[in-house]
Amino acid sequence: MALLNGTNTSRNRFFAIMIVTFGTIILCLSMAVSIAFGAVNINLSTVWESVVSYDPSKTTHQIIINLRMPRVVAAALVGSALAIAGAIMQGMTRNPLASPSIMGVTSGATFAIAMALAFFTSLSPIGTMFAAFIGASIGAGLVFGIGMLSRNGLTPVKLALAGSAITALLSSISSAIAIHFNVAKDLSFWYAGGVAGIQWESVGPAIPVFIISIILAIMISSSITVLSMGEDVAIGLGQKTGLIRTIGFLVVLLLTGAAVSISGTIGFVGLVIPHMIRFLVGTDYRLIIPCSAVLGGLLLVLADIGARMINPPFETPVGAIMALIGVPFFLYLARREGGR
Amino acid sequence: MMYKSRKQKWKVVVFFLTILLALLFIASLSFGASFISPVAIFNSVLSSTPGQYDLVLFEFRLPRIVLAILIGIGMAVSGAILQSATQNGLADPGILGINSGAGFAVILYIFFTQGIRFESELLQLYILPIFALCGALLAAFLIYIFSWKKSSGVTPIRLILVGIGINAAFSALIIILQLKMDPRSFTQATVWLSGNISGVSWSYTYALLPWLIVLLPIVLFKARYLNVLTLGDAMSTGLGVNVNRQRKWLLLLAVGLAGSCVAVGGGISFLGLVAPQLAKKLVGPRNEILLPVSALVGAVLLLFSDLVSRTILAPSEIPIGLVVSAIGAPYFIYLLIKS
Repeated sequence: MALLNGTNTSRNRFFAIMIVTFGTIILCLSMAVSIAFGAVNINLSTVWESVVSYDPSKTTHQIIINLRMPRVVAAALVGSALAIAGAIMQGMTRNPLASPSIMGVTSGATFAIAMALAFFTSLSPIGTMFAAFIGASIGAGLVFGIGMLSRNGLTPVKLALAGSAITALLSSISSAIAIHFNVAKDLSFWYAGGVAGIQWESVGPAIPVFIISIILAIMISSSITVLSMGEDVAIGLGQKTGLIRTIGFLVVLLLTGAAVSISGTIGFVGLVIPHMIRFLVGTDYRLIIPCSAVLGGLLLVLADIGARMINPPFETPVGAIMALIGVPFFLYLARREGGR
Repeated sequence: MMYKSRKQKWKVVVFFLTILLALLFIASLSFGASFISPVAIFNSVLSSTPGQYDLVLFEFRLPRIVLAILIGIGMAVSGAILQSATQNGLADPGILGINSGAGFAVILYIFFTQGIRFESELLQLYILPIFALCGALLAAFLIYIFSWKKSSGVTPIRLILVGIGINAAFSALIIILQLKMDPRSFTQATVWLSGNISGVSWSYTYALLPWLIVLLPIVLFKARYLNVLTLGDAMSTGLGVNVNRQRKWLLLLAVGLAGSCVAVGGGISFLGLVAPQLAKKLVGPRNEILLPVSALVGAVLLLFSDLVSRTILAPSEIPIGLVVSAIGAPYFIYLLIKS
């Protein structure tokens, strides 16, 4: 709709620019706060100092660069990856409930990580990520398989149901395997979902994947806008829908797989953020995708700060916090979608 | 003629299910850490002097089997009521989040009484179902108000979507509470949450039995209202049934059954979905017959799952709830594809 309306478009673009600019500023600030805040509070100026002139002989600098930095970078990356993945899914499937966790993509990735943990006891970060990619494809494949088999295709509600059934199935199989191979404790980390204790070694390999996927996502963003108007419109406008869908799903799998391999299952980011963004900037995915990236990262960084503040010195898993934030939103959507 | 053949079929189904249950019963007694042959079991039961297997059979294996049967009955009937009363073939106390509400209350209880072991105080076993019941009621209440709309009441689809949401919220709260526990309570809670009946004693059975004895007869008495409710709200009102009042009563019964089962057996999902659906395939939708047959199917399924959970990855035991999910989730997906 917004595309056809001139004044609306310029208004939306203005909003989008504001979100990206101020969002990035707030994101950087909250990342700095997140780094400063912890068992030992560190001055913001020291944080800045350690970034611009890193001095390995200082303990605080080491804490910042080697312990707190990877954590906050992981939170920002995972948040934006999941938000972009959610936005792409919602756009391509025209389904307001689509998101990595609801469609079983995250649970597929966790399942594959569990299997890999059980059979190869120790996993390199790259190995974990690879397992997560395969698993994400399995999860998505299963849910879409159900969609193709069922008579009326995947309605939003069926999608949510199929996703939760697949999640239940995969998680029960992986729990059973984890108990048998005695890796249940390692696995519980992936299920709780969190960025605590993350090292550069596990964030590092995911960074190039994120960059490539985000570039791809922005490249296909205008095509996704067309797809979000419906298959017929897209074909009518001469779009290669098959190609766009393939790239789109590849991006979703890459982003979700990389995110899960870092932080485990964190739900609802991919559901909530794109909806909020669409409300603010309309339906143009060239605007939605960058905005989602910024706000998704921001939300998870803030949630992670919250996770540490609720019950210090213990950490509350950020996945659980996201669920508590996301559920009211999901209920709102459920009331809207489930009604006539 | 038609009526008669259906009646006959019902009897045949019950007959075969009972035989199946009996076979599973004997198999469950036989298999375990050590194999005890059915002949030895038979001798052990008949002989008046204490035999070598008595302890294993009557104190370890039998209470577990009885508990599996009782939970199977409770969950299946709960699911059957939910499905008929909400006219939703996909309803199940696990999927709707009633189990996780009950689980949340139990975890809350364990959290505040940390360190006290389940078995150490018999009283706990009797208090837990009450807590679980409160949690289940809270979940059910939340699901009901969030899925109720002025324009259309409670539509089946909205009910189940809201249930998924409530389920996620309670699961998150459970995780938050769990991680604040000491490691031992944490492990205990994790195993219990995945649905577990290993290492149970007779006292678990005694804790669950009173609830079933009170609730099941009321359910059977209400079965005729359930028949009417299945026809839809407009038709039911036309037939002179106070739809909302009866539905609330029936839902309360379903919640009570699910809550008390969760308190002793943990979160067992999909059983309340699969058992009534299979029963309906076997004997049709009349609730006077459907409810008992569902109960029987539920008992058979849970006893079978228990046997699998003990033997498939022996010597390690997997929580029974995982086995039920592994069987139930594909069936749920099948129903989803068909509907």
